[in-house]
Amino acid sequence: MTPSRIELRITEEDRRIARLAAAAVGLSLLDAAIPSPLPGVKPGLANIVTLFVLARHGWNTAAWVTGLRVVVGSLLLGQFLAPGFFLALTGALLSLATLALAQHLPRRWFGPVSWSILAALAHIGGQLLLARLWLIPHDGVFLLTPIFAATAVFFGTINGLIVARLLHETQSA
Amino acid sequence: MKHWLTLIRPGDWLLMLVAAAAVGVSFPMLWQGGLGERAIIRLDGQVFAEHDLQTRRTVTVPGPLGKTVIAIEPGRARVVSDPGIRQYCVRQGWLSHPGEIAICAPNHVSLAISGRHRAYDSLTY
Repeated sequence: MTPSRIELRITEEDRRIARLAAAAVGLSLLDAAIPSPLPGVKPGLANIVTLFVLARHGWNTAAWVTGLRVVVGSLLLGQFLAPGFFLALTGALLSLATLALAQHLPRRWFGPVSWSILAALAHIGGQLLLARLWLIPHDGVFLLTPIFAATAVFFGTINGLIVARLLHETQSA
Repeated sequence: MKHWLTLIRPGDWLLMLVAAAAVGVSFPMLWQGGLGERAIIRLDGQVFAEHDLQTRRTVTVPGPLGKTVIAIEPGRARVVSDPGIRQYCVRQGWLSHPGEIAICAPNHVSLAISGRHRAYDSLTY
C-alpha cells in the first residue's frame, strides 16, 4: 500500500481570511465579556471586521471571515450548537444577505455607516424571528423589538464610524 | 470630532434619521397596544354603536336616566356629558389607546376603544 499524501495549497487569500477571522474572533470574545442588561444587547464589535473586509476585499471574503468567526467564537465560548450559536448564525446569515444588497448602494451617498446600521438591524431581525419560531413561540418576544432596534441603530452607527475611520486611515497610510 | 463627522455621507445621515424615527415610533406602537382604531359604545351590555376613529361625530345614547353624549374625533373619543351623579366617565377625558374604557354605570353606557387586534384584559405567566 502506498502512503497517500494530501497536499493543501494555502493561498494568499487563505492567509488573509485566517488573519482577519482571528481578529474577528478576538473581538467577539471581547464582546461576550462585556456585561449586558439583556441578552442580545451587545456592541457587536466583530462586525467591524466584517464591514472592513467587505469594503476592502469583497463580499466573499467577508462571508468567510464571518462564518469562521461564528463557528470558532462559539467553540471558544463553549456555545457551539447551543441556542446562542444558532442565534448568532441566523443573525450573521441575515446581515450578510443584507450586505450583499447594501454594497450596491451608491458609494458616494452611502458609506460604512449605512452598511453597519442595515446589517445590525438585519442581525437582530433574524435573531428575533428565530427566537419567535423556535425558542420562545409567543408574540411577546416582539415586545423587545424597540429595545433591540434602538441598540442596533446606536451600535450600528458607532461601529460604522469605526469602520469608516479604519478605511480612511489605512488608505492614506 | 469634526474628523469623525466627515466620515458620514449624506445617505448615511438620511438612514440614521429614518432608523431613529422608526425606533421612536416603534416604542408606542408596540408598548401601548398600537393606536386606537374603533370606538365601541354599549348600552345595557349590548353594542349600541361602533365607529371608526376617523371622522368627527357625536353620538347620543338614550339610557334609563337620560342622554349620554359621546364625541368621536380622529384618533380619540370621550364622553361629553352624562346624567350620572359622579361624572366619572366624563372626567376620564379623551380615550385613545386600545383597551381604554369609560363606563357611565348609572346610565348603563360604556365607551371602549379597540385596536386592530383584540387586546388582552390580563396576562398571566
